[in-house]
Amino acid sequence: MRLLRIVPDDTTFDFIRFRRISFPISALLSIVALVAFFTMGLNFGIDFKGGTLLEVRYANNTLNIADVRSRLETLDLGEVQIQEIGGDGEVLIRVAQQPGGEQAQQVVVGKVRAALGEGVEYRRIEVVGPRVSQELLSYGIVGLMMAVFCILIYLWFRFEWQFALGASIANFHDIVLTIGFMAIFQIDFDLTSVAALLTILGYSLNDTIVIYDRIREMLRRYKKMPTEELLNASINSTLSRSVITHVTVTLALLALVLFGGRAIHSFSVTMMFGVVLVGTYTSIFIASPLLIYLGVSTRAMAEKAEKEAKSGHAKAERLAP
Amino acid sequence: MLYFSKWKAFAILAVSAIICLMAVPSLLSQSAYDSLPSFLQRKIVLGLDLQGGSYIVLQVDAQSVRKIRLEQLRDDARRVLRDAKIGYTGLAIQGEAVEVRIREGQDVEAALTQLRTLALPIGGAMATAGQLDTDVSRDGNTIELAPTSAGVQARTIQAVSQSIEIIRKRIDQLGTTEPSIQRQGADRIQVQVPGLQDPSRLKALLGQTAQLTFRLVDNTMSPQQALQGRAPAGTEVLTSQDNPPVPYLIEQRVLVAGEDLTDAQPGFDPTTREPVVTFRFNTNGARRFAEATQANVGRPFAIILDNRVISAPVIREPILGGSGQISGNFTVQEANDLAILLRAGALPVPLQVVEERTVGPGLGADSIRAGLIASIVGATLVALFMVATYGLFGVIANIAVAINVGMIFGVLAMLGATLTLPGIAGVVLTVGIAVDSNVLIYERIREEARAGRSAISAIDAGFSRALATILDSNITTFIAAAVLFYVGSGPVRGFAITFGIGIMTTVFTAFTLTRLMVALWVRWQRPQRVPI
Repeated sequence: MRLLRIVPDDTTFDFIRFRRISFPISALLSIVALVAFFTMGLNFGIDFKGGTLLEVRYANNTLNIADVRSRLETLDLGEVQIQEIGGDGEVLIRVAQQPGGEQAQQVVVGKVRAALGEGVEYRRIEVVGPRVSQELLSYGIVGLMMAVFCILIYLWFRFEWQFALGASIANFHDIVLTIGFMAIFQIDFDLTSVAALLTILGYSLNDTIVIYDRIREMLRRYKKMPTEELLNASINSTLSRSVITHVTVTLALLALVLFGGRAIHSFSVTMMFGVVLVGTYTSIFIASPLLIYLGVSTRAMAEKAEKEAKSGHAKAERLAP
Repeated sequence: MLYFSKWKAFAILAVSAIICLMAVPSLLSQSAYDSLPSFLQRKIVLGLDLQGGSYIVLQVDAQSVRKIRLEQLRDDARRVLRDAKIGYTGLAIQGEAVEVRIREGQDVEAALTQLRTLALPIGGAMATAGQLDTDVSRDGNTIELAPTSAGVQARTIQAVSQSIEIIRKRIDQLGTTEPSIQRQGADRIQVQVPGLQDPSRLKALLGQTAQLTFRLVDNTMSPQQALQGRAPAGTEVLTSQDNPPVPYLIEQRVLVAGEDLTDAQPGFDPTTREPVVTFRFNTNGARRFAEATQANVGRPFAIILDNRVISAPVIREPILGGSGQISGNFTVQEANDLAILLRAGALPVPLQVVEERTVGPGLGADSIRAGLIASIVGATLVALFMVATYGLFGVIANIAVAINVGMIFGVLAMLGATLTLPGIAGVVLTVGIAVDSNVLIYERIREEARAGRSAISAIDAGFSRALATILDSNITTFIAAAVLFYVGSGPVRGFAITFGIGIMTTVFTAFTLTRLMVALWVRWQRPQRVPI
């Protein structure tokens, strides 16, 4: 049986020189993302904004959006969004947070129920009060920062500081682009989005570390190779793995996007963007070339090894037998 | 790397099989599950987003805890000063403290001593030794009693514990299966009730304090006059539940309160056939009610629930039997719920609903179906791709990934963890990561072979080098999952759990199962060249 081989053996792409194109592109995209974030803003879901969300279904084509709209408009509930979803008579109703504290949110569901009358299936009701939404938002932000921080510390221990810094810059780049993507397409930003961001972070790091691991190994083995060449060799030798993993993750995510249902749709789409479009690109074209600027070089590595050997704390190295 | 002693190979297989088998009880029907020995009765709980149900978070309002404490302090101060025969004026709640002016300068010291007895040491785990729940300070002839924030906090925690008990009693009456009621943080209660169609009834049951009192109606003036600001001392104006509300002038003195009820049942009035709640007092309550009704025949008294007048009947004759009925234009359900509330008792403080999420059973079933289809499609695509890329080694990878997924569910069952829809997404993503570990190994093997090693040496070196990378990359991903678990709530936590477990099982299978399978293949085939 002939096996599928996506990446030929022994590729010699000059990824490092490509940084002259990839860095400006990334800078530009990051600026676009930031501009989108600050001008369009994120489409905060009720988790972070507070308010009420109802998913209702009208059986047997009895849905009449205009009728639903006019019924709800008479309630005087402030901003009400009505959105038809799916094809079988389902509507998503979002009511903005009501003024007047926690208690005021509780009457919304009752009013909407009364306005819509009988013959409606309530598939989902969510009410998030002002206090909880504030907390969830700060938890989300704290969580993201904590994750980045913990990972940084771990990388710093496990690799040199240059690698830790390079990985964090790449990480930051991923998060900025993903948030920009969510702003431009106005994807619901809720708790699951925070989960998506953290997973993107994890995945992208995973990818970066595989390459960094190889770079570190090569640095130890080829002490005389010029840094650019060494970085290129590292990326090329892991390229096949990067691509194959990329394909499998894409396949898994594709299944989630197409069949995972609406409840996790924004999660899947965000992941698709972050992992498939950004994550792998970042590891190859941003994280690795960055090391040049951060001062990773075979000479520095050799000196360090020498020093460690002298002080008698040489690490057991995984060299070829 | 490719040598496994017999017992080690056996141990690997045994551990994998046992963990996978732990998932089996979750697949059994309820009756088969019940017949298992108790140590095997561990299964995966479906999250509310999959089985449908209500998730409600209630909060004890620290402000109302403070207010209740202030009112209590004011009443206690009045009693203490009166007992000590110390003259005072202007005893009232001012902002966050109770203030009182002592008439005579020489009494201030004595008053201070008396009032200091009202400050109690804070008990419980949160307290540092010797801390008091109230600050008593003096400014000239004025004495101020201010509840400390530590005191209020301790009382809030206490109120949460008491409320949980009462909420449990109330929800048990609904007859739903396996409700979960937990403390969340210092001042919150998280209630999860699976399979509930309509949360409004649950919320009505949880949102009411259910403080029932029987008090006399003051007939010396009309409520309208009282509302214009001339209410007699010791009375207040309360309204009925009617639309429009009818005001009543009610004495503040409580004849009998809800604590003195021993039972309450819904029923029907024998003459009017209208739903009512019948109740029975304990001995103490029965005696007090008998005395009060004897002394006030011909006057109306009011039955008040949470500061709303339910009804205000006239006492026609003394009620001596210690039982009675409440009628107030109830529907059958309202009478039923009121009986539940009265039986369970009053909450020590009002609770506010701060978060509510309800998923109907229809959507839950749809989500399960969607999750299943996505998992099957995703797994099939990935499996096909792996076989296309790696042939026999792809099959080995697929077996390892399948066992990996089985182990995730086994661990979930052992922990009794909750599986949510994001949790299913976590499993699908784990499949991605698990496959990656195999890809890393195989690609490394190919590289080593290209570098001129013999097949066996290449496989050996490929494993040992790739495993270091797998460990590094998975630890970082695991950190992300751990943080997610720590800061996340509800559905996000469900994702973090399966993702985190998935990473661990992935590392385990990569280090053991995949290696074992490849080693067995090597021993059997003695390959001359690497087949990938």
